[in-house]
Amino acid sequence: MYQFITGPLLWLTFIIFFGGLAFRVVWYIRGLDWRLDRVAYRAYPALGLKGALSSIIHWLIPYGSHGWRAKPLYTLVFFIFHAGLVVVPLFLAGHAVLLDERWGISWWPTISMALADTLTIGVMVTAVIILVRRLVLPEVRILTTFYDIFLILVSVAPFVTGFLVVHQVRDYTFWLYAHILSGELLLVLIPFTKLFHVVGFFLSRGQIGMDFGIKRAWKSRKGFAW
Amino acid sequence: MPEGTLCNRQPVTTKEQLDALLADKTGKIYYEEMQHLEVDTEKLAETLQATCKSRLRTWLEICAHCGLCADSCFFYLANGKDPTQVPAYKIQSTLGEIVRKNGQVDNAHMRYCMDVAWGKCTCCNRCGTFCPYGIDMGVMFSYLRGLCFSQGFVPWELKIGSGMHRIFRAQMDVTPEDFVETCEWMCEEQQDEWPGLEIPVDKVGADILYTCNAREPKHYPEDIAEAAILFHIAGEDWTVPSEGWDQTSLTMFAGDWEGARLQVEGIYKAIERLKPKRVLGTECGHAHRATVIEGPYWVGREDGRPPVPYLHYTEWVAEALRTGKLKIDPAKRIKEPVTLQDSCNYIRNYGLKEVTREIISYIVEPGYFVEMEPCKEYNFCCGGGGGLNGIGIYRQWRNIGFKVKRDQIKATGAKLVIAPCHNCWDAIRDMEEIYELGIRWSFLKPLLLKMVIIPEHLKPKEEAEEEEE
Ligand code: HEM
Ligand code: SF4
Ligand code: SF4
Ligand code: SF4
Repeated sequence: MYQFITGPLLWLTFIIFFGGLAFRVVWYIRGLDWRLDRVAYRAYPALGLKGALSSIIHWLIPYGSHGWRAKPLYTLVFFIFHAGLVVVPLFLAGHAVLLDERWGISWWPTISMALADTLTIGVMVTAVIILVRRLVLPEVRILTTFYDIFLILVSVAPFVTGFLVVHQVRDYTFWLYAHILSGELLLVLIPFTKLFHVVGFFLSRGQIGMDFGIKRAWKSRKGFAW
Repeated sequence: MPEGTLCNRQPVTTKEQLDALLADKTGKIYYEEMQHLEVDTEKLAETLQATCKSRLRTWLEICAHCGLCADSCFFYLANGKDPTQVPAYKIQSTLGEIVRKNGQVDNAHMRYCMDVAWGKCTCCNRCGTFCPYGIDMGVMFSYLRGLCFSQGFVPWELKIGSGMHRIFRAQMDVTPEDFVETCEWMCEEQQDEWPGLEIPVDKVGADILYTCNAREPKHYPEDIAEAAILFHIAGEDWTVPSEGWDQTSLTMFAGDWEGARLQVEGIYKAIERLKPKRVLGTECGHAHRATVIEGPYWVGREDGRPPVPYLHYTEWVAEALRTGKLKIDPAKRIKEPVTLQDSCNYIRNYGLKEVTREIISYIVEPGYFVEMEPCKEYNFCCGGGGGLNGIGIYRQWRNIGFKVKRDQIKATGAKLVIAPCHNCWDAIRDMEEIYELGIRWSFLKPLLLKMVIIPEHLKPKEEAEEEEE
C-alpha cells in the first residue's frame, strides 16, 4: 500500500497537478485578447510589466494594498493561513528527506520542526476562523456553497493528518496514509477548482495590473495606487 | 410571442422605429413585450463562444467567494448591507449563471440580468480594486450588458439612446446642421460682451479640435459658449467638427458594442478629416471613457490610443493654468469649503487624479479644499453612472444608492461640489432635490470664468474705459 501511494499514485498525482496547471496557464495566456479585453498588451511591454509587478507585489505583502488594509483582521488571518499552506509542505524537513531518498536532492532548504508546528497550528486555527466567518457573515454566506467548505477541508486535511503523524498519536499508519492521500487529493484538485488560484492569482493580478498600467492608470505619475 | 414590435433583438436604426419607441411613453408596452421576449439561446451560446475568453471565465471560476468586495460597492452600503448587493453575488447569479449554462437561460433570467446589470451596478469598477484577485465586476457587468442588449433585454431609454447614436451619431436628435447653428447662435449672443469671439467650424489643422456632449447643444448651449470664451481668453487655435462632434456614448451604457464602435469611428473620421494637433473633450466622464479609453479598442487600434492625443477637459485646464494661458485673479478664488467629485471614468479608470488636484491648487484659496473620504481612485460613484441617471424603472434604486455620496459630501462640510462630469453633475443635482443638503454644484467652466483675468485687448471697448475710471 505505502509503496503504491507513494509510488505510481504519487507520480500520477504530479502528472495531473503539473500537467493541469501548465495546461491552464497556457490556455489562460492564449485566451487573452487585446481587443476583447481592451488592453494593448503588446504595444506597451514596459508599462505592462511595471503594472503587473506592482499589482502582484502590493497584494503579496501583508497590508501592502488598500484592499488588505481595509480588512485588517481578515488580512491577518489570511496571511497566517497561507503562510502555513505554502511554506510547510515545501520546506518541511520530513518532505526534504523524501526528496533526498527518491531523487537525491540534498540541497533543499528546510525549516525547523518548531516553526513547522507553529505554522501548522496557524493553518488549523485560521481555517476554523475562515469557516466560521463564512457561515456567520451574511455577505460571505450568500456566496458560500458546499463546494467552498469542501475545498477548505481538503486544503486543511493534509495539515491535520500530518500533524497527527508527526506527533505520534495512535494509529500511525492510518494517519500516514490519510496524510498522503489527502495531500494527493489536494494536488489533483488544485488545477480544476478555484484552488487554481495558487497560480491563477499571479495570472489574474498580473492581467489587471497590465490593464491599469497600460490603460486605466497610465496618466497617473506613479500608476495605480493599489 | 418570440419578439415584440418594440422590444426585440434588433437595434434601432431608422427614424420610424425610434419614433415608435418614443411614442410608447415610459416604455409601458415595451416592458410588457419584454415579459414574453424569447431568448435566442443558440445565438447567446455563439456570442459566448466568440467573446467570453479566458480572462472572464477565469475570473468567474477562481472567485474565492470571500466577500471582500462587499464593502467596496456603494449599492451594498446604501442598501443596509443587503447581501444580494455583494458584487460577487450579483455577477455570479447573472453572468456566472449564463456562462455555466452556456446560454441555456430563460426569459426570467434575462430580465433578472437586466435589473442587476443596469439597476444594481453603474460599472464604476470600484469593486475590482478591492478584490485580491483583481476580479473586476464592473468590466463583467458591462460585458453582461452587451449580452443583454444582443438579446433585446435593455432598458427602454437605452434602447432609444442607442438608436439615437445609430441614426444621428449623437445621443440626442441633434443633426450636424443643428449643432453648427447652435454654435453660431451662441457666438452671436456673446458678441456684446466678447467682441470677436469665434467658434470656428471644420477648420483644418487647428491646434485643438473640441468635442462635446450632445446635451450641451440641446439643453445647455451656454456650456459651448463658456468653452469658446475660455479658448478665446487662452488664445487657443481651436475648432469644432460639424460631424463627429458628440463624444458621448449611450451605446456603451446600453451594451450596444456595434453602435459604440460606429459612434467612435465618426469622431475619429473627423480627426482624420480636420487633422488637429490634439483633440479635447468636454467635462464628461463617460464620453472620455468611450472615446479615449475604450474607443480605440472598439475600432481596432492596436496601440490602444486615439489617433492623436485626446485630452480630457481637466487636462487642458491644468495645462492652461500651468502655462499661464489662463491666469486666475487671486482675489476671486473660491473662499468657502469646497469639495471635488472624482469621476470613476477618468480618475479610477484613466489616472487623472493629480491633474484635477493641480486645478484645485489654482482656483481654491489654500485651506478651503476638503477631500471626500475616500477619494481619488478609491472614490465612490456618484450613484448615477453607467446610464442609471436616465433609466426610469430603476429611479428608486438609484435614489437609495445616492445615500453613500450624500453622506460623503455631508462629511466634508462643503457647500460647493466641483463636478467636472455631466453624469456626476446630474446625479448631485438630483440628490440635492431629494435629500436637500443645501449644496451647490458646478462644472469647472463657470467657476473659471468667474475668476479668470481677462486680457485688456479682449474686453469690449466701453467696459475697458469704465474700468479705468
Ligand atoms: C502563492 C500562493 C497563493 C496565493 C497568492 C494565494 C492567494 C489567495 C487569495 C488572494 C485568496 C482569496 C482571499 C480569501 O479567500 O481569503 C485565497 C483564498 C484561498 N486559498 Fe490561497 N493562495 C495561494 C496558495 C494557496 C494554497 C497552496 C492553498 C491550499 C492548498 C490555498 C487555499 C486557499 C483557500 C482554501 C482559500 C479560500 C479561503 C476561503 O474559503 O475564504 N491557497 N488564496
Ligand atoms: S473579493 Fe474577489 S474573490 Fe472575493 S468574492 Fe469578491 S470577486 Fe470573489
Ligand atoms: S462596478 Fe461599482 S456599482 Fe458595479 S458592482 Fe462594482 S462597485 Fe458595485
Ligand atoms: S457618473 Fe460620475 S461618479 Fe458615477 S460612474 Fe460615472 S463618472 Fe463615476
